Amino acid sequence: MNFSGIRAIYIYEMTRFFRTFFQSFISPIVSTSLYFVVFGTAIGSKIGTIDDVSYGAFIVPGLIMLNIMTQSTSFASFGIYLPKFVGTIFEILSAPINSFEIILGYVGAAVTKSLMIGVVVLITAHLFVDLTILHPFFMIVFLVLTCVSFSLFGFIIGVWAKNFDQVQMIPLLVLTPLVFLGGSFYSISMLPPIWQSISMFNPIFYLISGFRWSFFGTADVGIGLSLMAIAIFTCCCIGMITWIFKTGYRIKS
Amino acid sequence: MTPIVIVKNLSKTYSSKLIALDDISLEISEGEILALLGPNGAGKTTLISTICGIVNPSSGKIFVDGFDAIKDYRDARRLIGLVPQELVLDSFETVLNTLRFSRGLFGKPRNDNYLKEVLKKLSLWDKRDSPIMTLSGGMKRRVLIAKALSHEPRVLFLDEPTAGVDVELRKDMWALVNSLRASGVTVILTTHYIEEAEAIADRVGVMNQGKMLLLSDKKTLLKKMGKKELKIELHDPITAIPESLSAYKLILSEQRTALLYSYDTSANRTGITKLLTDISKAGLILKDVSTRQSSLEDIFTTLLEEKK
Repeated sequence: MNFSGIRAIYIYEMTRFFRTFFQSFISPIVSTSLYFVVFGTAIGSKIGTIDDVSYGAFIVPGLIMLNIMTQSTSFASFGIYLPKFVGTIFEILSAPINSFEIILGYVGAAVTKSLMIGVVVLITAHLFVDLTILHPFFMIVFLVLTCVSFSLFGFIIGVWAKNFDQVQMIPLLVLTPLVFLGGSFYSISMLPPIWQSISMFNPIFYLISGFRWSFFGTADVGIGLSLMAIAIFTCCCIGMITWIFKTGYRIKS
Repeated sequence: MTPIVIVKNLSKTYSSKLIALDDISLEISEGEILALLGPNGAGKTTLISTICGIVNPSSGKIFVDGFDAIKDYRDARRLIGLVPQELVLDSFETVLNTLRFSRGLFGKPRNDNYLKEVLKKLSLWDKRDSPIMTLSGGMKRRVLIAKALSHEPRVLFLDEPTAGVDVELRKDMWALVNSLRASGVTVILTTHYIEEAEAIADRVGVMNQGKMLLLSDKKTLLKKMGKKELKIELHDPITAIPESLSAYKLILSEQRTALLYSYDTSANRTGITKLLTDISKAGLILKDVSTRQSSLEDIFTTLLEEKK
């Protein structure tokens, strides 16, 4: 195992993150604060409670999920796309390091960064609403698994992308709508029956539901189903990445 | 000398059906400088990229110090450093940090003293904390070399190291390559510049269309294939070469004031003495005599034309 190689990629990626430290942290703090001002205070005051949880608190798990899913995907996709774009990928490919170690470096750094963002959002949210986490262990499990799976997903996008548009296209045009429609800011029970059925096909719905359960003990679907959904998604990403490295798809000719 | 790199029947066909490497075999001895010459698309970069693990071979074997480059890729790659043709660097990173990254990537523990040595050797120590984007093109190329040397490789591949650099920097680069060889590093470089191969290489490989047309010791090659030309300038112009000199296959210059005679330096008899006697017998008066040795460029051009 080339631990030194993993460490080198990890440190390199984290250094890149800390170069834009201010921007990396201020952006989620500002956007989270805005969500609370708009949804929590302005609209939330008209909604009241959902499943005995104040609307302001209800949206916290969804907000964290929105941030960590998009950030994990973005961090990991840029992490691998940049060396491809600049050409420095030659160094990774010619180094005595295998695909698993490369992923550990890139995905490990993306997970760390998005976890930090998640914690920042949680702390910011705590300034606006009173929060009690009923199942902290499961909250951490969901948080980590989501960061890992979406970082893997981001890695795939970074390998697949041929230009910067494509790197941003999936998070913007696919991920964000799915997170919004996955119950980030509402309970599925608030939707008409037909939309409730359609939401069941949105994989992100299960993640948000499970994560919300870890906070409040209430969810739209069972915790087992949510865990299964994230496990399936993670396995799919691992399978795809294994195939990428086996075939050299868009990395090696 | 024992070979440090062995390539056996290496072929590479891209998915576009382009044959980039066609059954290449070669051995590179430890401590030598091998120059790979060839026109664009000859397969030089594909060859070194395949040895370094960037391109998957279609068939064939590569061994580096006895390690199979596919099966024992970790052991093989630890011994190799690669300097690409393009200036591919992270512009925002500092010089020293990018070297630390390269060293770590190749599984070596942090050793800033060694990196200091490398940077000093390449006159980059003063720039260690500078972001790469602030460096000149020549410095960036030296940073790439420093990165390739950061993990103490025994074999260094330089892909067109002097492409697009000025004459002064090119000579600096040649001096650097020689000093690397002196420190025991085996150097394989690709180049378009014949004079580069002539100046620094021990052996020369000529590639074209994925094939290794020739691989030979530079001196032997020049001796073996090097023709010498004798230029005999005449006092007065002539209209035609006298019949008595037809056996020498002389060429009359365009101005009709000189005779050109090609001869093989390795032959027992060059025929010069007899030629000069026969010229005198033919009544021609000599003005001057000079010789010219054919260069690698002439050999290279001849080889490519022969294979067409």
